[in-house]
Amino acid sequence: MMAQKTTSDETKAKKDTSLEDMKASLAKACQAHIDPSAELMSLKRLSGGASQETWSFNIEVAGKSLPLILRRAPGGQRDADKETALPLATEAALIDLADTVAHIRVPPVRFVLAPEDNLGEGFIMDHVEGETIARKILRDAEFEAIRPDLARQCGEILGRLHAIPIEQCPELRTAPAHEELAQYRQTYIAHDHPHPVFELAFKWLADNAPKNPRITLVHGDFRNGNLMITPEVGIAAVLDWELAHLGDPMEDLGWLCVNSWRFGQIDKPVGGFGQREELFAAYEKSSGIPVDPEQVRYWEILGTLKWGIMCTLMYEAFRNGTDRSVERAAIGRRASETEIDLLHLLAPQHQ
Amino acid sequence: MQDLPESVEIIDVVADFIRTKLLPQLEGHSAFHAMVAANALDIVKRELKIAPQENQAEHGRLVSLLSSEGSLEDLNRELCEKIASGELTLETNGLKEHLWSTTLAKLSIDQPKYSAYRKSLGV
Repeated sequence: MMAQKTTSDETKAKKDTSLEDMKASLAKACQAHIDPSAELMSLKRLSGGASQETWSFNIEVAGKSLPLILRRAPGGQRDADKETALPLATEAALIDLADTVAHIRVPPVRFVLAPEDNLGEGFIMDHVEGETIARKILRDAEFEAIRPDLARQCGEILGRLHAIPIEQCPELRTAPAHEELAQYRQTYIAHDHPHPVFELAFKWLADNAPKNPRITLVHGDFRNGNLMITPEVGIAAVLDWELAHLGDPMEDLGWLCVNSWRFGQIDKPVGGFGQREELFAAYEKSSGIPVDPEQVRYWEILGTLKWGIMCTLMYEAFRNGTDRSVERAAIGRRASETEIDLLHLLAPQHQ
Repeated sequence: MQDLPESVEIIDVVADFIRTKLLPQLEGHSAFHAMVAANALDIVKRELKIAPQENQAEHGRLVSLLSSEGSLEDLNRELCEKIASGELTLETNGLKEHLWSTTLAKLSIDQPKYSAYRKSLGV
């Protein structure tokens, strides 16, 4: 008992010191990059994934409080070998590009961390107010008026996003359909559990891949959860650019329509808030490029399969002991949701 | 033969305890995980009730679809290989019906409230 208590006290003390160190470094970095008089007022961890940590904090400059966000690699260090996620400096450059070239609402980047900031790899951006929780956006009365406009806004934003000249983009991986399929096939094989419906989808997707698609910048995770919404303007910021890559622009449209992001609103295919026609019309208007609904459907199917495999991958973190939480265990049983979605898409019941 | 309570009864009372006694005392992350835990127990409860006969039916369909014998897992692996190679397709007699029946049974255990499941039942 005693020994255990000492250990936990030591861990806590160690945590406290590292948090104090982090606060000191963050204050210094803000003084160097934003204002020499900046004072750090608060620091709170928002979320921690395998590839990102997000912290919310405030600085006070000349009596005014400025809410900011720190995105950085876990513990300031990143595991370079198994990542499809972007280096954080690249993510910051992309957010900047979306802001200045495509005029897409994003949280403006304040500065990218330098090695002498002692905070590891990451960047500081403005804290944008709004809601990202899909269930609230799709159900709460305060969003009722803006909801019917969201599909149009998505189309409009994606049209501009895909028009960003790729020569202006930082170095990114190129992943058209066959690349994405090969990557997820590998994950599926490693999971080593038979999913006949996934096999059906893999086969169909391999046989029906779009021929010579356009290659543009693709956000890679444009969906509920990564869209900051306010009742006044709708999409106030597009977040989480870490999966951006070069690829078939229809990937973003299809991913947005995956049933998993409709949160029960199955008859509103675009994010649970709108119809495909509204999304496509706005996209065509802002990009000048016609949408082939079949190609979007292809990416909706690929996206559905991808989410199913991601569920098994998250369960793997439980199986191999990395994360023994109930949530990680239970998410393995959500892969079957994507199987019924895939059957609805590939083998409708009454045909 | 075990004595009473039956496993389903035990799971039921534990899930109920988490929801009605534990959950109201928790907040934030712990409350979320407790809710996930209670839902996970519901999955096990449904599996204990539904899986025995559904697995048997699935096994029967696989035997006739593949004309081979083996465990449920072996036959599922064989089915996967034959779909991947193109030997079995949606045109193959019985494959589509098999995939639907199997998937509906999985959902009735994992997530009976899922929108696409309810839609396919016409609810």
